[in-house]
Amino acid sequence: MKRPAAKEFHREQTLVDRRGERWRAIFEHPAPVRLAHWAIALAVPVLALSGLQIFRAFPSFGTKIPQEDLLNLPLWAGLGGWLGGALQWHFTFMWLFFAAALAYASYQIATGNWRQVIVSRRDLAGILPMVRHYLGGAGKPDYAGAYNPLQKLAYTTTLGAGALAGLSGLALWKPVQLGWLVAVLGGFQMVRIWHFLAMCGLLAFVPGHLFMVALAGWNNFRSMWTGFKLDEVEPRDDAGAPVD
Amino acid sequence: MKSDNSDDREVPHTTGSATRRELVKMLPIAFAAGLFVPSWRKKLFAVGLEWSDRVAQATFRPQQLAPVFADSELLPLDRFPYNYYLVADPEIDLEGWYLEVSGAVTRPGRYRVADFARLPKVVQNTRLVCVEGWEAIGNFGGAHLADFLDFVGADPEAGFVEVDCADDYYQSIDMASARHQQSLLCYEMYGRALDRGHGAPLRLALPTKLGYKQAKFLTRLKVSRVLGARRGLWEDQGYDWHGGL
Repeated sequence: MKRPAAKEFHREQTLVDRRGERWRAIFEHPAPVRLAHWAIALAVPVLALSGLQIFRAFPSFGTKIPQEDLLNLPLWAGLGGWLGGALQWHFTFMWLFFAAALAYASYQIATGNWRQVIVSRRDLAGILPMVRHYLGGAGKPDYAGAYNPLQKLAYTTTLGAGALAGLSGLALWKPVQLGWLVAVLGGFQMVRIWHFLAMCGLLAFVPGHLFMVALAGWNNFRSMWTGFKLDEVEPRDDAGAPVD
Repeated sequence: MKSDNSDDREVPHTTGSATRRELVKMLPIAFAAGLFVPSWRKKLFAVGLEWSDRVAQATFRPQQLAPVFADSELLPLDRFPYNYYLVADPEIDLEGWYLEVSGAVTRPGRYRVADFARLPKVVQNTRLVCVEGWEAIGNFGGAHLADFLDFVGADPEAGFVEVDCADDYYQSIDMASARHQQSLLCYEMYGRALDRGHGAPLRLALPTKLGYKQAKFLTRLKVSRVLGARRGLWEDQGYDWHGGL
């Protein structure tokens, strides 16, 4: 299935190194996606750690008097040293997060590339076979498109958690101006709970993501930095048959 | 082998130039590394907070009201937190107390408790939201800050109200928030004269601001065209200045 937007992806180019060997550069990730990915990869840990530091000032979702602390966070789970320092990190990096999220969302919508990432009803049947492949060692099922159904599910839930983090964060920052959003989310303390859960959702994605990146290897990682994978091309003769 | 969507050319690049481009694309790491330089970090935070305050100022709608609550939703007065900076009670002499008004006003001078009682009285059930994350719904009575600013002849062009407090706390707020119709010079809570822990005899009650903007134990009020260097006790240590909700 070809869509016009797919043109952006998998553009190929042949490169030649000093020894005359040919390589195929396969362009996978357009620049806006890469920029947004790395901006968010920086912003999310900063926001999560500074957010935990802010939470430490009142580690509860209940009343101030009496106060029942939910968590006694270890010292490493924080950034900024104190509430004011953490707010500086948070109020600075939230703009990086918003800018990257908006750039990513508008690019994906404008190009139609969001279809490659967002899980669809047709993907649902393919999710369990992928789980069986990863956990049970069953053969890798075929799938159409850039990402497999399980990947798309993970990306979709993570993007959802990111959207919730952004919206609940705005509601926490401006609960009077955005009173309607506070009402939708169930009240001020519920907004704090949603914001906390959204952070948990974003962080839950990270270990699996890093593990799969490590598994996929350098070429895949390079592709998220530079946009392209580099594959050695087997020498072929004029008829297109491999040459020894 | 050529396909429609490939731009395969004979020898367009070598992997050497591709690798150089890869290195150039690693430059953003330098930005992240800059975060470890304290002076750079400070500059970045200044930009972040400045931008946050500008957005807060630009999106503040004077007509947007903070939620008001029924009496049944009020927190009992004895469970309404005293949040204080250095001392719970700066031991103001309530009889001799006055508010010293200065700056861009036509009627500067000393104003006493009786002067505030002469202004139209407002009583409202509003929520105090603390920057720490807790909230408390209370009953606040007092005069509209806007009425008092008119009473002392505040310059309509002036952008800021600065206050000093008996406990050495200090604050400043933007004029749009000061003139918001729910912003009070508060001298009563729950129908009783403000007690010492809540800021007797006069405090700010600003339902559209975080708690740290709502200074207690007021002793001086200045209307300013230009914001002074002392913007607020916490703001001067890192909190954002606008603090609007």
